[in-house]
Amino acid sequence: MTISPDALVVNHLSVSLAGRMIFEDVGFTLGRGEFCGLIGSNGSGKTTLLRAILGFTKPASGEVRIGQVGDSRSSAPVGYVPQKILLDPQLPLRARDVVALGLDGRRLGLPLPSRTRDARVDEMLGAVGAADFAEQRIGDLSGGQQQRILVAHALVRRPQLLLLDEPLANLDVRSAAEIVALLGRLCDAYQVAVLLSAHDMNPLLAYMDRIVYLANGHAASGKTDEVVRTDVLSRLYGHPIDVVHVRDRVVVMAQ
Amino acid sequence: MFAPGFLTNGPVLTAIVVGGGAAIVSGIVGVFTIMRGQSFAGHALADVSSAGGSASFLLGVSPLLGFTGMAVIAAAVMGFADMRDARERDLLTGIVLGAGLGLTALFLYFDITSMSTSGAAITVLFGSMFSIPSTIIPLTLVVAAGAIAAILATYRPLLVSSLSAELAEVQGVRSRVIGLAYVLALSLAVALSAMTIGAILSTALLIGPAAAALRLADRPGTAIALSVAIGLAATWGGILLAYDSFYWTPGHGWPVSFFIVTLVLLCYVAATLLGSRPRAIRGT
Repeated sequence: MTISPDALVVNHLSVSLAGRMIFEDVGFTLGRGEFCGLIGSNGSGKTTLLRAILGFTKPASGEVRIGQVGDSRSSAPVGYVPQKILLDPQLPLRARDVVALGLDGRRLGLPLPSRTRDARVDEMLGAVGAADFAEQRIGDLSGGQQQRILVAHALVRRPQLLLLDEPLANLDVRSAAEIVALLGRLCDAYQVAVLLSAHDMNPLLAYMDRIVYLANGHAASGKTDEVVRTDVLSRLYGHPIDVVHVRDRVVVMAQ
Repeated sequence: MFAPGFLTNGPVLTAIVVGGGAAIVSGIVGVFTIMRGQSFAGHALADVSSAGGSASFLLGVSPLLGFTGMAVIAAAVMGFADMRDARERDLLTGIVLGAGLGLTALFLYFDITSMSTSGAAITVLFGSMFSIPSTIIPLTLVVAAGAIAAILATYRPLLVSSLSAELAEVQGVRSRVIGLAYVLALSLAVALSAMTIGAILSTALLIGPAAAALRLADRPGTAIALSVAIGLAATWGGILLAYDSFYWTPGHGWPVSFFIVTLVLLCYVAATLLGSRPRAIRGT
């Protein structure tokens, strides 16, 4: 078995849904512990790309490789935080239960009391800063707190790859900044590659190692300053684009 | 106040066993029914099962066999149809429900006209617990054990997929298989309830105790235990009150189903009042 340092390899990936090409020939690689922003406006295909990586959507062509060559799906788990989960406030699950279900939710039968299991859940609750509200019902938590619990749910099996679909969409500015900082720390601590979709790259700039920019059915990827440039984005959009730096922020504008 | 001889009366003991089985199974399954947002499917299965219950009089088989057979067939139809869309699911459920009740109307008509079993309609639709034959107990236990086994076996995947179908699938849970196992457990639960308090009222035993429990519990195990306890209390309390009612209006007692459904409603109201107190400091 060849050991590859890559957590995710996407090669010449094309996806069409209901006869419409969503994107074509998308390729990029994520190393372990890399933080990558998947940036694009609404409808650019971010969710479809994440779903194709997860295997929920069958690509028209191309390939997705997760973890080491030869790894089966179960030994190379993928963490995933979906965009919208409607959590019924009456769901009888505490934050801790949701994390535990990330560990062994696929197993049949009742969960037997296990110290190792509790210890792993406790460690993950601590890692996402959720120890204080671990005993509360998941539905009683705020959006930012729920997001932390879903991240812990996704990470508790120690995947090499964590995908998050618009995790910042419904958060206020402060909670969003906290989540991004947390993901940056987890990336280093657990050597997990993070691929996070967002329509605005600004909250991610300080943490992003790489960027995949989706527009017009194509993608540009690389280091942030290699991609977020007037010439690269103009080529991608097929239209003149200005990239403007305002203090610490980047603004992408059509001319 | 209560009449003597309650626990030495044959029909009462049968009602206690069969009703207890129905309450336990409905209490367990009901928690998942609510978490999965499938109350309507539960009600529809119960209504469809009434076609089997009414046919059993014509065929001369045990009504429980009739209720169970029809509910399982309907569950299989609903389980195999691939429906992600809630609207589409409700639509198909409604159509299956309508067709099932149409058959019930036909079979009950034959029951009444050709077999002179005039009580069949009341028994099938609203239950008559004190006329359940004790020979039904072994089959009751088999059906109950089947439903409980299906839920226990799929306990964790059921919980994750109640949280989110996508999260379950990322872990490798096959939602279709789990969904099918669940809907089969649901069909067994409603068949048992239909046998005790009637097809129309069985939703009360499926949804009521579970809904009350979810107002109070914050863990799945606690919710299930509470739901079973409330279901048993309402069922056995209802049997006791109905037995006693023979002495309130001399000559004829009141229907057990009425008391059970009323007690379930009271439990739900009480749980809502208790559960509306602030449970924990809400996060910011």
